[in-house]
Amino acid sequence: MISTQLPALQIVVPLLAAPLCVIVRHPRTCWIIALVASWITFAVSIGLFIEVQNIGVISYAMGNWAPPWGIEYRIDSVNVYVILIVSSIGALVSSYALASVNVEIDKDRHYLFWASYLLCLTGLLGVTITGDAFNIFVFLEISSLSTYVLIALGRNRHALYAAFRYLILGTIGATFIVIGIGLLYLMTGTLNLYDLSSRLGDMSLTQPQLAALAFLTVGISLKLALFPLHLWLPNAYAFAPSVVTSFLAATATKVAVYLLLRFAYDVFGKSQVFSELPLGEVLLVLSIVAMFVASTVAIFQHDIKRMFAYSSIAQIGYITLGASFASQTALTASVVHLFNHAITKGGIFLLLGIVAIRLGQPTFKKIEGLGKLMPWTSAGLVICGLSLIGVPGTAGFISKWYLVLAVLEKGWWWLALMILASSLLAVLYVWRLVEAMYFSKTEISTLNTGASPSLSMYIIASLLAVSCIFFGFHTSFSVDGASEAAKALMEYTNR
Amino acid sequence: MSDNILISLVIPLLGAILIALSNKRQNLRECITLVTAVCLLIFNIRLLSHILNGDRPEFFLLEIFPNAGLSLQIEPLGMLFALIASSLWVVNSIYSIGYMRANAEKNQTRFYVCFALAIASTMGIAFAGNLITLFLFYEILTLCTYPLVTHHGTAQSKAGGRIYLGILIGTSIGFLLFAIAWTWHITGDVDFSKNGIFSEEQFQGLIPLVLLALYIFGIGKAALMPFHFWLPAAMVAPTPVSALLHAVAVVKAGVFSVVKIIVYIFGISNLASIDGTQWLMILAGFTILSASVVALRSDNLKRRLAYSTISQLSYVVMAASLFAPIAIVGAALHILAHAVSKITLFFAAGAIYTASGKTKVSELDGIGKKMPITMAAFTVGALSLIGIPPAIGFISKWYILSGAISSGHMFAVIVIIISTILNAAYFLPIIYAAFFKDAKQNEANHGEAPVSIMIAITMTALLTLVLFFFPDIALNLGNQLAGISER
Repeated sequence: MISTQLPALQIVVPLLAAPLCVIVRHPRTCWIIALVASWITFAVSIGLFIEVQNIGVISYAMGNWAPPWGIEYRIDSVNVYVILIVSSIGALVSSYALASVNVEIDKDRHYLFWASYLLCLTGLLGVTITGDAFNIFVFLEISSLSTYVLIALGRNRHALYAAFRYLILGTIGATFIVIGIGLLYLMTGTLNLYDLSSRLGDMSLTQPQLAALAFLTVGISLKLALFPLHLWLPNAYAFAPSVVTSFLAATATKVAVYLLLRFAYDVFGKSQVFSELPLGEVLLVLSIVAMFVASTVAIFQHDIKRMFAYSSIAQIGYITLGASFASQTALTASVVHLFNHAITKGGIFLLLGIVAIRLGQPTFKKIEGLGKLMPWTSAGLVICGLSLIGVPGTAGFISKWYLVLAVLEKGWWWLALMILASSLLAVLYVWRLVEAMYFSKTEISTLNTGASPSLSMYIIASLLAVSCIFFGFHTSFSVDGASEAAKALMEYTNR
Repeated sequence: MSDNILISLVIPLLGAILIALSNKRQNLRECITLVTAVCLLIFNIRLLSHILNGDRPEFFLLEIFPNAGLSLQIEPLGMLFALIASSLWVVNSIYSIGYMRANAEKNQTRFYVCFALAIASTMGIAFAGNLITLFLFYEILTLCTYPLVTHHGTAQSKAGGRIYLGILIGTSIGFLLFAIAWTWHITGDVDFSKNGIFSEEQFQGLIPLVLLALYIFGIGKAALMPFHFWLPAAMVAPTPVSALLHAVAVVKAGVFSVVKIIVYIFGISNLASIDGTQWLMILAGFTILSASVVALRSDNLKRRLAYSTISQLSYVVMAASLFAPIAIVGAALHILAHAVSKITLFFAAGAIYTASGKTKVSELDGIGKKMPITMAAFTVGALSLIGIPPAIGFISKWYILSGAISSGHMFAVIVIIISTILNAAYFLPIIYAAFFKDAKQNEANHGEAPVSIMIAITMTALLTLVLFFFPDIALNLGNQLAGISER
């Protein structure tokens, strides 16, 4: 009984928990509500994953209104993978968060934080799970609005500015998306993605359909911070509370990438947008530029969270690069990097959250000598850093290997060289961190706030750091799931 | 039997963990290092008997990609390399204890931990069954030797560390990983196998040539020009690191990988049959000569030794690039010969520094009278590298030379002759000055270095001589490698 309702539970649980927080208001109780809700959400997503593995695509009619008239939740091997990433990170971050939130956010705003956190989780999961175009827009707005709140909760005054900037740019992005969806509805009379895809057919696209595709692509690209639409991201990541940064870095951009994949390969799939239209080339070039420019900018940052924010933009470049040419291996690389980058970057920002409790906002000046003061945290940062570079034995290597293979399959050896060369830029910024932590003489000064990182922070952060190594050797979950997703996407284009 | 291979990796790894747990108790920590080193050596000697019988034990650890994962396999060259590294680790540990204590170095626990990890990854490289495994341990070796290079934490050692890491990681990710991925793309296979993994159709046109170049330049640890700068830069490390890692483990991991890839990925007969591979021999020859000239002009003793290492490493690469079985035997032997000789020389340099604080060649006048044992050992090592009997260096040079003559590569023959003269030119003046010149006035009086240093230095010097008379095991392994004999 319950298993047939899993798709609804996935959204309903965090959605109902959010207002509960506002009613309760007591900081600690709110945390417990969020904790329970996010772990139930995670359990539900595992259930969905197993179900999709066993029976294939799940179609769930919301409120029993039959699709395409009602809202359909449609779960295939593509979005279940993303759902699993989002919900697992959601659960881990909420288990980690208590001590960090206590330090970084005013006590009387905790209930707002937890409510927005749960709404953001709801929104991201909703965007991923739903099979309805307008529903996508609604959930996207839920997640975006709650994200603006989450960022603005940062104590630093810059956080307000960063949130406002994201608000403006995010709204433009959302507007583009809704225009795109509106055009599609106008041309086809349906909002159901599955229906849309069959109605768009394999005829060449009409002018309004092309316009819809363009609006959607630009809007989604803004959300996923594709270069040069990334301007909102660095400050948002740098000045948001640590918990928020970890959660966003691991999930928000991933969901946007999923949307891009969904529209490009499924909804517009038969039109072969990447091979027939110049979209593939545009995405390819922008990804390459992102890989190089963002990594280079990262090297010159003083603020460590900002540095890793720029690194995220570069890493998103790898993901969109894999998405930009339609091949099984490339899509596998792209999807598996969604996962590998989520655990790597999530781990990094969680570790930085621990550092922030002891030292305040981590900058290169402040962390000199961190290796002595916090040996485990520093070691974790090194491990995640290696995964970011793509050193063999870490998760990052797996994605890079598939990406290079995919490029070689195309015969583009120059691109393979560029991918590898850009990982050398990651060596530079990661090694700046290593040198500062381990090989500088200055005595480190800690804050006297009396706060100290809790055990759960250490456990969750090290869990992610260890998983960077674990998934560098055991690829049966990460790669198999990704290649299933890639296979599904490739099939949609020939449906 | 076959899962025993894993134990070779686990022993030093376990040692590293125990050292880390020893909680800075000096005696306990160094005791663990020594016991671990001896255990590893005994274990590798037990493995040796299987290899000499012609066995090729394999062990599959886990699958990372379809059909490729972590797998270990012992073949003759890997066995030889593992034996060299593990036996010299024992000696080096004895030496380290004396050196690190006498010079009151800081962070000694980190030093011993990283050292044990470096040996563990060296074992991984030696016993790698495919390119992925080789690459994994190759990178781990770079990463865990980096803290040893920057050990002192000064601006100079940080700069050295940057060059070290930059060149080694840069070349390996930029070229080696690319070459491995490309090989996988072409052949669908990354396992080392006897006559190479390329079929005849795949071995056409430019591709094998480009791949060869990618592999050669990708293996920065082989210190072939122009990617040799990291080795002199790494000399900022404490001397035991320079001795074992930058004369034996790390650099040998480089040339070992070069030889292994030439023999087991390309296949020497395959490479011998195509045109356009001569550049490798010429580049190696150029590296031999120019590095020798730089060595001749260096006044800093460790720098001179470092450039001498660059030149000697290229002997191995040049021998492999002749693609002749007898030269391959020479390459294998030279890995051994250079290891024992150069570690002796580094030990001597460290002993001189510890006893007198001197680091420059020009300061060594008359030091042979104060430190006779050290300088005698230095002489043995130097003679071996010049190629004068009775030292092992003579045998390896002999094999390389006969390989060059029998395959008709006069260029290689000339390079060997000129470089022998250059070797003599940069080593003999040191020996002459040490024994026959008078010390400068008003110099502090000092004797030999601490006793554990002296034990270590005597052992390696004797080994250099003994191996000349008993090179059978190394020869046997070399012959198996080159396919001259089956067992």
